[in-house]
Amino acid sequence: MTDWDVEKIRRDFPVLSQTVNGKPLRYLDNAASSQVPQTVIDRGAKYLREEHSNIHRGVHYLSQHATTAYEAAREKVKRFINAREAKECIFVRGCTEGVNLVASSYGRKFVNAGDEIIISQMEHHANIIPWQILAEERGARIKVIPMNERGELIIEEYENLLNERTKIVSVSHVSNSLGTVNPIKGMIQTAHKFGVPFFVDGAQSVPHFPVDVQDLDADFFTFSGHKMFAPTGSGVLYGKREWLDKMPPYQTGGGMIRTVSFEKTTFAPIPEKFEAGTPAIAANIGLGAAIDYLNSIDFEAAAKYEHSLLEYATEKLSAIEGVRIVGTAKEKASVLSFTIENVHPHDIGTILDQSGIAIRAGHHCAQPVMRFFDVPATARASFAFYNTREEVDVLADSIQKVIDVFA
Amino acid sequence: MSELNDLYQEVILDHNKNPRNFREIPSANYKADGNNPLCGDALRIYVEMEDDKVKDVAFKGSGCAISKASASMMTQTVKGKTKEEAEKMFDEFHRMVLGELDEEAEENSLGKLKIFAGVKEFPARVKCASLSWHTLNAALHGEEEVSTE
Repeated sequence: MTDWDVEKIRRDFPVLSQTVNGKPLRYLDNAASSQVPQTVIDRGAKYLREEHSNIHRGVHYLSQHATTAYEAAREKVKRFINAREAKECIFVRGCTEGVNLVASSYGRKFVNAGDEIIISQMEHHANIIPWQILAEERGARIKVIPMNERGELIIEEYENLLNERTKIVSVSHVSNSLGTVNPIKGMIQTAHKFGVPFFVDGAQSVPHFPVDVQDLDADFFTFSGHKMFAPTGSGVLYGKREWLDKMPPYQTGGGMIRTVSFEKTTFAPIPEKFEAGTPAIAANIGLGAAIDYLNSIDFEAAAKYEHSLLEYATEKLSAIEGVRIVGTAKEKASVLSFTIENVHPHDIGTILDQSGIAIRAGHHCAQPVMRFFDVPATARASFAFYNTREEVDVLADSIQKVIDVFA
Repeated sequence: MSELNDLYQEVILDHNKNPRNFREIPSANYKADGNNPLCGDALRIYVEMEDDKVKDVAFKGSGCAISKASASMMTQTVKGKTKEEAEKMFDEFHRMVLGELDEEAEENSLGKLKIFAGVKEFPARVKCASLSWHTLNAALHGEEEVSTE
């Protein structure tokens, strides 16, 4: 932890220096959306100021320039997650679109009546509903990997769910409501024994530790730019070429075709096949800049520091009488969900906000998780490598204040 | 912290802790469910009308302090009122928490409910305060479900 200069890092993020309700902003809502470093802001501004044009279609200087910048961002993504080729990295507007793309496209092609789709009990709604709708349309069934009271998936149960009817498994790498890091690599290996492709929702993993999609052997992996220090509207769906080549287009329109006549259209190869219409050019160039930023810092040290912060916060909050930590898995990242006896999470959120502390209160788009733990909602603090121990101290003190108000 | 104190006043905290009319009414001739999916606030309002008057009104459910206290105080206030009077209060209350009614300057029938005026400083909490009122309004109009999202 000593080799992590958090004060220096904080200066890279201009938003962190402001005050809220007369108090320094203490931003602990990183699982919802992370803040953006100056370099990413500058890169987006430079694009809008000097390079903006539509990509791929123009022969003029600006269009070629924008196309080069956009494709350079794709190359950065490729190296960042260690994809085999940049073409396997489809730009999407976030994880939600990533899941919808695969559920719709892979689903239409490969999922039929009587087939089964495996998800888990801790999924975000974005990794439930697209599969549910697909299952309804195709007459397929959803199977759910259960979890234990610590918020860990029960792997033996998962293995029992896999069979010859299984067409895909889709599980989050890190739970957004509990912080559980799932043993995804082993789960992927198990799915592959049955010849089943595995989709990883990486929304909460990519910002917190290095990810290597080839090492995981993930068939699909999606992440959102805005949770990893890039602008909203940026994001990636990685897919193995062997799957993407076989899958029909998701959205159709300009930019994704080879030839069009009124009788028949033939489609461009990947990645264009899945990128209909003008994409979020500035945002995705920003994503490239966010990757540059992560490469410029010691990301491993950042992850280690951030984890020590999570452990410190867990320890501090556990010591407060009346506080219950929701999600106590052995392997966790960033997320600390909690409840206070007899205090609704929204009241916690409002009172903490008055101390300048930004946390999330609600069901975190994971209503099945709330039902499992028998809570209507939780309060959730989620950390990034720019948070400090002092912020954790203020969080703990303010929680004590909440308890006093409602005593 | 002064705005916070305006929001979490003693009376509100008390109604949160000890909600009044927190029960079912088996003989209710109107009832409706109110949900705020964003927060997870969920409550059911029971109304027993007699001769166009609210003979009895009660609620069950779970929610934050603001939504619970608001429901509790609403039941106390509308009991004995006519449907028209209750609707007028709903309208005034709603406008007050949105900051569209100056509860001190303009004539209104809110009385004790003015304590919720502080909510207007907390836009994210307006729906919490008004959920029970929306639900009551739905019940009185024969609707069985209302969502504030």
